[in-house]
Amino acid sequence: MILGLFDFLLALALVGLAWRILATSDLFQGVILFIVFGLLMAVAWSRLQAFDIALAEAAIGAGLTGALLLHTLAGMEQAAVPSPASNPAAPRFVAKRILTNGILGLLTLIVGATLLRCIREIKRPELGVRELVMEELSAGGVSNPVTAVLLNFRAYDTLLEMAVLLVAVVGAWSLGPLPTSDPRPTATAPGRILLGLVRLLSPIILLVACYILWAGTGQPGGAFQAGAVLSAAGVLLVVTGVLAPPTLGPLYQRALLLTGLVTFLAVSLGVMLAGRDFLEYPPASSPQLILLIESALMVSIAITLLCLFVGGPRSAPDNSRD
Amino acid sequence: MIVLLNEGLIHDAVATLCLVAGALFFFAGTVGLLRFPDVYSRLHALTKADNLGLGLIILGCALQADSWQIIGKLLLIWLLALVASTTSCHLVAQAAMRMRIEPWTRHE
Repeated sequence: MILGLFDFLLALALVGLAWRILATSDLFQGVILFIVFGLLMAVAWSRLQAFDIALAEAAIGAGLTGALLLHTLAGMEQAAVPSPASNPAAPRFVAKRILTNGILGLLTLIVGATLLRCIREIKRPELGVRELVMEELSAGGVSNPVTAVLLNFRAYDTLLEMAVLLVAVVGAWSLGPLPTSDPRPTATAPGRILLGLVRLLSPIILLVACYILWAGTGQPGGAFQAGAVLSAAGVLLVVTGVLAPPTLGPLYQRALLLTGLVTFLAVSLGVMLAGRDFLEYPPASSPQLILLIESALMVSIAITLLCLFVGGPRSAPDNSRD
Repeated sequence: MIVLLNEGLIHDAVATLCLVAGALFFFAGTVGLLRFPDVYSRLHALTKADNLGLGLIILGCALQADSWQIIGKLLLIWLLALVASTTSCHLVAQAAMRMRIEPWTRHE
């Protein structure tokens, strides 16, 4: 009963936060509320016993996206982009506003009613694929069913996901060099306390990322969460200026970006040389293959998220190559 | 002591007490965030919640833990949260000083 009350308050808080994020005209407040929203979503996923998704939501949704939005906000203030608060463009005519709100309210009611109807008809989870996965888990190579599904049973989807991530980075970086030349929002050099924190946290973050990767075979974890945590270390180093932001010019940076997809493809095609089908791991060595693929994926995902955070090549006055 | 008192009413009562005390600290920190007059005193309230409140909650969870590895991980979480909140408090205060925000005094 107490848990039911907690779940109800959580759902209420999520809806309330979403409304506040959309209704506020102060962008900074919206970003901070978005980070809190990500945190509550992670709690909601935990309540649904989906711990892998909760980890990913906390790392990517709340952590990395929050940092990205704050960084963008600081860059906007530097570039003096007018925020919506200073640009009131509310529809002047009352009738137009009533019509807009009326249509949106009607759509919301229809979607809400449909969702409620669907919730009533949700079948018990025992009737899904869960039993099938649990039966075949011993042949999967790992004991965490989520990792087994992602990296073995539905490995094709994960392969395509990695290709999509690569296309996302290439697409984001193809938009051209960024107007600001310094990734750090403030011009002041980081103080000694911040540098001490970075020096303390970087090896710890590396250790935690490798642990999440290793633990993903038996507990909630895996390559995506580990890559997100590792990218957090990269973001910390880039924002404090300890590490130069990646330019994706040198060969080693491009190699690191591609290593996930290339390793995945190599394994999935390599097993065909042994006479098997595409992506059909030999059962004896599937744990090792999965760990190998996941390690490469972790590195690639970390570099991808870091590149998406940095956003593009720096515009340098004497840069004639890019 | 943790091994000896692993079962029993006293053990659960102490753990619950720690959790409730931690929650009270967080509540006090939130009230401080909403009611204190300037950014410096709000930082003070928030870091109290982070250090002591989180520490008490971690202590309550550690008393209910099953193995030493879990207690070690909980301690690591607390230490990392301490380090992060201390540094953020320092950074925010430094930024506030740079923006020339004056500390609130009683007689304005």
